[in-house]
Amino acid sequence: MALRRDSVVLGVLLAPVTIFLGVFFLVPLLIIAVFSFLTPGLYGGVEWSFYHWNYGRIFGWADGIEEIYEPVYLQILFRSLAFGVLTVALCLVLCYPVAFWVARLPERARLFFLFLVALPFFSSLIVRLYAWLLILKPSGVLNETLIALHIIREPIELLYTPAAVVLGMVYVMVPFMFLPLYAAIDNLDRSLVEASMDLGANRRQTFLKVILPQTIPGIIGGSVIVFIPSVGNFVVPDVLGGAKGLMVGNLVEQQFLSARNWPFGSALSMLIMSVVLAVLLLATARARKAGGQA
Amino acid sequence: MLEIRGARRIFTTPEGGKVTALDRVDLNVDENEFVTLLGPSGCGKTTLLRAISGFEMLDGGTVRLEGADLSKLAPFRRPINTVFQSYALFGHMSVARNVGYALEVRGVDRAARERKVSDALETVGLSDMGSRRPSQLSGGQRQRVALARAIIAEPRLLLLDEPLSALDRNLRQQMQLELKALQARLGIAFIFVTHDQEEALTMSDRVVVMREGRIEQIGTPREIYRHPRNRFVTEFIGETNIFALTVDRIEGDLARARTAEGTCLSLPAAGRSRGEAVTAVLRPESLHPGAEGIAGTVMRSVYLGSDLVIFVRPEAGGAEIRVTTRDGADAPMTGDAINLAYDPAVIHILEDR
Ligand SMILES: Nc1ncnc2c1ncn2[C@@H]1O[C@H](COP(=O)(O)OP(=O)(O)OP(=O)(O)O)[C@@H](O)[C@H]1O
Ligand SMILES: [Mg+2]
Repeated sequence: MALRRDSVVLGVLLAPVTIFLGVFFLVPLLIIAVFSFLTPGLYGGVEWSFYHWNYGRIFGWADGIEEIYEPVYLQILFRSLAFGVLTVALCLVLCYPVAFWVARLPERARLFFLFLVALPFFSSLIVRLYAWLLILKPSGVLNETLIALHIIREPIELLYTPAAVVLGMVYVMVPFMFLPLYAAIDNLDRSLVEASMDLGANRRQTFLKVILPQTIPGIIGGSVIVFIPSVGNFVVPDVLGGAKGLMVGNLVEQQFLSARNWPFGSALSMLIMSVVLAVLLLATARARKAGGQA
Repeated sequence: MLEIRGARRIFTTPEGGKVTALDRVDLNVDENEFVTLLGPSGCGKTTLLRAISGFEMLDGGTVRLEGADLSKLAPFRRPINTVFQSYALFGHMSVARNVGYALEVRGVDRAARERKVSDALETVGLSDMGSRRPSQLSGGQRQRVALARAIIAEPRLLLLDEPLSALDRNLRQQMQLELKALQARLGIAFIFVTHDQEEALTMSDRVVVMREGRIEQIGTPREIYRHPRNRFVTEFIGETNIFALTVDRIEGDLARARTAEGTCLSLPAAGRSRGEAVTAVLRPESLHPGAEGIAGTVMRSVYLGSDLVIFVRPEAGGAEIRVTTRDGADAPMTGDAINLAYDPAVIHILEDR
């Protein structure tokens, strides 16, 4: 009896979220999934007939007449994945020691630091990326400084390189990596570290055998949160990437906006999504395995 | 074996205040000895353990193990292991790996490690639980894992910080006996922390009573119970009766003394002089209803199973006297007039009042 009433209450409480997610998340997803199997309209939009060449163009069963197979799409996808992995790795290496250090600061300094981490959110992403553009361009701050210091003679090519894209993405994603890592490290039970040392483990062993495994949930959480938007990102490569920094997100953007081929854009989207989903499932499985804390 | 001299530790609180957690602490622990640190919360027990294990730096004094100064030895180099109050088991490892951790980090090969782990698990009665995670164990089982983990590397000294405080009474009493037996079998010294006096008396070779960072008294359980040095130790070690007395006269072997209210007591005459003020301790179980002694009225009684505690108001007035007697048909009832008899020889006079 009580159980049934509880489930009714629960249902009522969950209804708004369910409806919201259903309307604004699942339905668009469904539309994209359906579109990816439809014929592109002549002037944008779709024609309602089944069409598998969208995927054929990507995976290589295009007929060569109507649609042409281009290995470049998969190449760009793989490059995006590689950029995503690189971004995650760099964010991790950057944030882990800092999170450790911050977790040991006195309360006030800690709060101030967390405020600093959140500070970029107060300004527009585009503006901040254009600031990087000014720093990286041939006559930009960085090159000028290096020349003035006689470290280089000619300006080096920084802008519109893959490195600039990765740099930009790391810059954008660092707070998303930092916060879950910080939470995990801050939650770390100090007595476990002491127990490890007490039992004869030196600092390195303690880090590898206790601290790292204990903070795995934070590492996985941060990595997933950074990886997903990194792979699909098109703003950073747009501003800092140039032709060589093109990512799969830019492809999708182009198909929807300039090429007006919605079904092909949808097919690319589905591709990104399935890869990301696979990564997510893997990560949660791993996190669950690591999560057996006492 | 372990020698602590003049250990001092002063903490600065965030507000800038000073807390003296250890104040000129001297302590020796012998080979194979079971020493208990006993004292109220915040008296510095954990701080003393942490100074021994190396997680707390001293502001003064030395800690030596077998003659060697430990102050420059990192915690992981000390042949000392700890059973933490919170157990501090590694949740991401199996029970077996937890237990074998000390061997793992020393690079002991797998076969030898597995053998010792299964021995250690058997010692604590958890043979078939090696593959579980700590989260799948009960509190008592976790406590045993923590114990097995701490003894596997055969430390010279084992520190136990209130390891039994999370257990229920039955399990706790069982573990007390097991710990004591284990210590005798392993032949290593134990320093055991508790704030439960009964536990301290049951288990220890020697008890160290602490208060506010200082050691109040060190002695065998019997010495501590029978001959407490001062009022604090007396009261901390169990419910008791304390009388502030003035010696009236000496009659042969006995000194007659009375409280401010006029209750008379007889004390051993040795060392007493007329007009002297003394503080006397008379344990509740040393008093019993009799023909003569302290006259009074039973105010109330508390039933404790085999025993009965009665509270008697002395005829002359003053604080109620606590008496432990056997329960039975002839047990005193509330309102009864009663005489409390005692053997003057069991009266203990406090050295410092
Ligand atoms: N890191 C610290 N900073 C400031 N004060 C501390 C610190 N650690 C302990 N203290 C203080 O030192 C005193 C002794 O603490 P300790 O933990 O040794 O007590 P304890 O005897 O173990 O008490 P309990 O029985 O409650 O565990 C306490 O007053 C405590 O507040
Ligand atoms: Mg303590």
